[in-house]
Amino acid sequence: MSRLRLFYRLILRPLHRELLRTFLVVLAVALGVAVVLALELAGDAAAGSFRSSIETLTGDADLEVTAIGGVPDEVIGKLATLPYSITVRPRIEDYAVVKATGQTVPLVGLDLIAEHPENLNLDRQNSAKADEIADTANQGVWISQRLGAKAGDKIRLQINDQTNEYLVRGVLKDSGDSGGLVLMDIATAQRALHRLGRVDRVLLKVPSTPSLEEWEQRLRAVLPAGVELRREGSQTDENRRMLSAFRWNLRILSYVALVVGAFLIFNTISVSVVRRRPEIGIVRALGASRSDVLTAFLGEAACFGFIGGLLGILSGRLLASGAVGLLGATVDNLYVSSRPAPIELTPGTILFGLAIGVGMSLASAASPAREASLVAPIEAMARGEREYAARVHKVRDLWIAVVLAVFGAAASLAPAIAGKPFFGYASALLMIAACAFAIPALVSGLTAVSSQLLRRIAGVEAFLASRSLAASLRRTSVLVGALATAIAMTTSVGIMVGSFRQTVQVWMDNQLTADLFLRPAGDPAVDRHPTIDPSLADKIALLPGVAGVDRFRGYEISYQGLPASLGSADTVGAHDLEKIQFLSGRRTSVVNAELRSGANAVVSEPFANKHHVRAGDVITLPLGAAQVPFRVVDIFYDYGSEKGFIVVDRSIMLRYVPDPAPSNLAVYVATGSSVDQVRAEVEKIASGHNLMIFTNRNLRTEAIRIFDRTFAITYALEVVAVTVAIIGIAGALLALVIDRRRELGLLRFLGAAVSQIRKLILVEAGLIGLLANLAGLALGIVLSLLLIFVINKQSFGWTIQFHWPIAVLLSALTLVYVATVLAGFYPARVAARLDPIEVVHEE
Amino acid sequence: MGLIEPQTGFPPLGTAKDVTGFLRLDNVTKTYVSDGQPVQALCGVSLAVRDGEFIALVGRSGCGKSTLLNLAGAMDFPTSGRVLLDGVSTSDVNENGLTRLRREKVGFIFQSFQLLNTLTVLENVELPLLLAGESDACDRAQQQLDLVELGDLGSRMPHQLSGGQMQRVAIARAMVHSPKLLLADEPTGNLDTVTGNVILEGLRRIADEGKTAILMATHSSESAAFTDAIVKMRDGRIQEVVRP
Repeated sequence: MSRLRLFYRLILRPLHRELLRTFLVVLAVALGVAVVLALELAGDAAAGSFRSSIETLTGDADLEVTAIGGVPDEVIGKLATLPYSITVRPRIEDYAVVKATGQTVPLVGLDLIAEHPENLNLDRQNSAKADEIADTANQGVWISQRLGAKAGDKIRLQINDQTNEYLVRGVLKDSGDSGGLVLMDIATAQRALHRLGRVDRVLLKVPSTPSLEEWEQRLRAVLPAGVELRREGSQTDENRRMLSAFRWNLRILSYVALVVGAFLIFNTISVSVVRRRPEIGIVRALGASRSDVLTAFLGEAACFGFIGGLLGILSGRLLASGAVGLLGATVDNLYVSSRPAPIELTPGTILFGLAIGVGMSLASAASPAREASLVAPIEAMARGEREYAARVHKVRDLWIAVVLAVFGAAASLAPAIAGKPFFGYASALLMIAACAFAIPALVSGLTAVSSQLLRRIAGVEAFLASRSLAASLRRTSVLVGALATAIAMTTSVGIMVGSFRQTVQVWMDNQLTADLFLRPAGDPAVDRHPTIDPSLADKIALLPGVAGVDRFRGYEISYQGLPASLGSADTVGAHDLEKIQFLSGRRTSVVNAELRSGANAVVSEPFANKHHVRAGDVITLPLGAAQVPFRVVDIFYDYGSEKGFIVVDRSIMLRYVPDPAPSNLAVYVATGSSVDQVRAEVEKIASGHNLMIFTNRNLRTEAIRIFDRTFAITYALEVVAVTVAIIGIAGALLALVIDRRRELGLLRFLGAAVSQIRKLILVEAGLIGLLANLAGLALGIVLSLLLIFVINKQSFGWTIQFHWPIAVLLSALTLVYVATVLAGFYPARVAARLDPIEVVHEE
Repeated sequence: MGLIEPQTGFPPLGTAKDVTGFLRLDNVTKTYVSDGQPVQALCGVSLAVRDGEFIALVGRSGCGKSTLLNLAGAMDFPTSGRVLLDGVSTSDVNENGLTRLRREKVGFIFQSFQLLNTLTVLENVELPLLLAGESDACDRAQQQLDLVELGDLGSRMPHQLSGGQMQRVAIARAMVHSPKLLLADEPTGNLDTVTGNVILEGLRRIADEGKTAILMATHSSESAAFTDAIVKMRDGRIQEVVRP
C-alpha cells in the first residue's frame, strides 16, 4: 500500500500537472490500439465466418459431393440407392435478384418433398402448412422474413438473365446473420436456372460408424472420376485459407500506428526519466532499490497503456462499424460472396486490446526505465544539466543500422512460408529498425552542416532551433523516427497502390479491347457466374456492325484445397484481337491456337504463384465423369481475381461440361461502325433478358472504382498512423518547451521578442518535419519495393510494375509537413507566454 | 557617484531630478499576487544611476534586489511609480518597445552564468546581436571575447570552460551590444573569491570607461567594495546608501 502511495505521489501526481501532454500520450496509445482492434473486429465480422452466403439451410451434413458444371442426377440416384443408411440432400445454389429492391440474395433449391419441414425453419403463422409443402412445392418460393413479403404475395425475381414472377408460399425465419434467402423446390430451381439433370451440390449425412474416413472411401469408390467428395465445410476452410493472406496484410498495416505509438511512449518515459533524475537520486539515497525505480517507470508506462488501451477498445469498436462495410465489399469483390456477421466485442477482445496497449507501452518503456534504475544517487542529486542529454552513440548506431539493413535485404530474398511472406514482414521491420538507428547520425550530420545556412536563410531562430535539435539528439531522433515511420508507411503504401493502379490500368488497356461487355444484371461478385441465354451470342454476332462476339463461362472450383476460378473462353475469331499479356511474352493468337489444339490451359499469375505452377506443367481438373489432365501452355497477367484463374478453350470445355450458356459476352464493333448504334441494337435484341451492358469505358471506370474502394482502408490506416505521430510531435514539443523554459526565458533577457520565441518553436517543428520527411521518404521507397516485389508478390502473386505516383507523394509529404508545423503552434504559444523572470530565476 | 535617493522619508526626488543618467526609478512599487495574497516586493523606491556608475544592491534574500533589477532591465512593469530608461517610462512602452530597449541598451549577467549549452562560446556572445538582426555579429563578438581575454576559446562549448571563464563569457555577451546599463545578479555567487574578484575587476573597468552604468545585486560586502556606492535594501525598501 505504501508503495502504491509513493507511486501515486512521485509518478502519477506529476502527470496531473501536464494534463494536456499526458492526454496526448494516452491518445496516441488509444489510436494505435483502436486501429488494431477495429481491423480485428471488422475483419472477423466481414469475413470472420468465412462462409459463403450460399451456405444456408445446410443442416448437419457430414460430406458433400460436387462437380464442375454440376453433379449429374444419376449420381444422386446412385447415392440414394446405396445399401447404406445415409441421407442424401441434393441442392441447387445460386443467386437471385429481388427486382423490387435490387437486392441480390442466395437462391437455394432443395428437394422439398423429401426435406423435413423442421429443417426449413418456417414461420408457421405465415406459411403453408407442413403437409401442404410437398403439394405446393413446384408452384412457388419460400422467402426469408427480411425480404418483407408474406404468403400469398407475388415476388419478381431475376434468375440469370430472366425475370419471372413467383408466388410466395411461405416465410422462413431469419437467422441472426441472414441477409435474405429465396428457397425453391429443387425441380423449380433447375428449371429456372436451366440446370436440368444436374444439381450444384449433394449433402450427405452418414451414420456415426464406421469412421468418416471409412465412409469417404466407400462413397468415393462409387462416384465417377470427375465428381468430388469432401467433408462438408471444406469450402469454409478453403475460404479461410484464401482470406488469411488478405487479413494478415491488413493486420500488419494496422500495427503500424502501434509501432509509431511505441516510439512516443519511449520518448515520454525517456523525458520522464531525465526530468526526474534528481528525484531518482533522492529516493535511491533514501532506500529505494534499483528494481523499485525500474518498477516505478514501467508502472508509469503501464498506466499510459492501460488507459490508452481502454479508450482504444471503445474507439476501436466504433471504428470497426465503419471498417466492416469497406472490408465486406473487398471480400465480396475479390474473394467470396459473404455476409458480414455482427461485430462482437467479447471479453477476449477486450483483454487483447488491453494487452497490446499495456504490452506495447511496457516494451517501449523498458530501455529508459532500465536507464533510470542504473542512475547513481550522488550523480543524480548533483546539480547539473537538466537538459535531455542522454548519451547517444550515433556512430555505433549507424553501424547497427547498416547490419540491420543487410539482414533486412537478405530476408527479402527468402521465400514465403505457407503462402505468407513472413520474411518479407521481417525484412520490413528490420528496415524500419535500421532507419531508426540511422536517424541520430542523420539528424546530427544534417543539423551540423545546415545550422549556419539556416541562420542565413531563416534567421537566428532557425539557427537556434537547429542547434537545439542537435543538442537533444536522442529526443529529436525518437520524434523524427516516429514520424518517419508513419511517413514511410504512407509513402510506401502510396507508391504500392499507385503502382498497382497504374499496372491495372495498363493491363486493362491491353486486355479490355472489346467495345461492349454484357453480363446478367445484379451485384457483381467474383464467385458468381450467372448465365446468359446461349442463343443471344449468336443473335448479336449477326447484327450489322458487329465484328465478333466472345463467350466466356466461369465456374468456381476447388484446386488443391483452395478456391479458384475456371473459365472457358472462345479462342477463335474476335478473341485474337485481344492483347493478353503472357509471362512468356508470346502473342495471344499463338497461345490461342495451342488452347484450341487439345487439353491445354492457361493460368493466371496469382494461380501460378499460389499453386507453384509453371508453363509446361500438367494440372488435373475433375470435369464431368473424368479427371482431365490439362497442360499449362502459358501464364497470363491478371488483376481481376486474387484466387486465380484457369482458362481453357470453350469447345474443349463443352466436351466435358455440355452447358453452352455463357456468363459474359464481349462484343467487338466493326471498324467504321458506331459503338452507340451497335449498343442500341444489342439492347433491342437483348430486351427480354436482364442484362447489364457496359461500354469499354464504363467497365474500366467501374474496375477502378472497385480498386480504389479496396484500398480505401489502407489509406485510412496510414492517416491514423500519421495522426498518432503528429499528436506525439505536439506532445513532445510541449515537453521540450517545458524542459527548455530557462533557455527560452534567457533569450527574452537577451533581447528576443515574443515573436522570435514563437518562431523558434515553429522552426523546430518544421525541422523535425523536414528531417522526418527525408528519412520517411527514403525508408518509404525501400518499403515500397518490399511491398511490391516481396510481400504483395508472395501474398497475392501479382506482378506490379513500379511507378512513381509523384502527385500523391508530394501532396502526402506536404500535408504531413504542414500538419507537423501546425502541431507546433500550441507549444509555440506556451513558449511565447512563459514568464522569463520566473523561469530564469527558478534555477 | 551621481545621486542615489533613499526611500520615502528621505528627500525623494529633489536632487534626483537633476541627475542625467540612463536609469531612473521614481517612487516605484511592485506588488505580486502569490496564492491569492498580494506580496509587496518593492515599496516606494526611488533611484537614479548616472552613466559610468557602478552601484551595488545589497540585502538579504527576498529584500527586492532581483525585482529591482528586473524592473530596471525592462523585464517587468512597476505596479506604481515610474521606471525611466533613457528618459522613457517603461510603463508607456509596449512589449515590442521593451524588447527593443533590452536589445539595444541593457545587458544582463546572472549568478549561474546562463550560457546556452547548445552554442559555442563565440555563438553565445553573438546571440544578442543576432536576435537584434545585426550583421557584423561575429566580429563584434570576437572583439568582446578578446576584451575578456577569452579570444582563443570561441569555438569551445560552455561545459568545457571553468566557472570564471563562463562568467567572463557572460560578461562579453552582456557587453557585446555596448549597453548603457549592465544589470548583474549575484555575478560572483557561484565563484571562489579569487575568481570572483577577477570578475569584479572586469566590471569595475567597464564602469571606469564611463559609457556603461552597472547595477549589481550581491550578498557580499567584499564585492560591494568594488563599487561606487552601496544601496542597502530591506523588505522592498532602500534602507541606506553608503559610499565605500
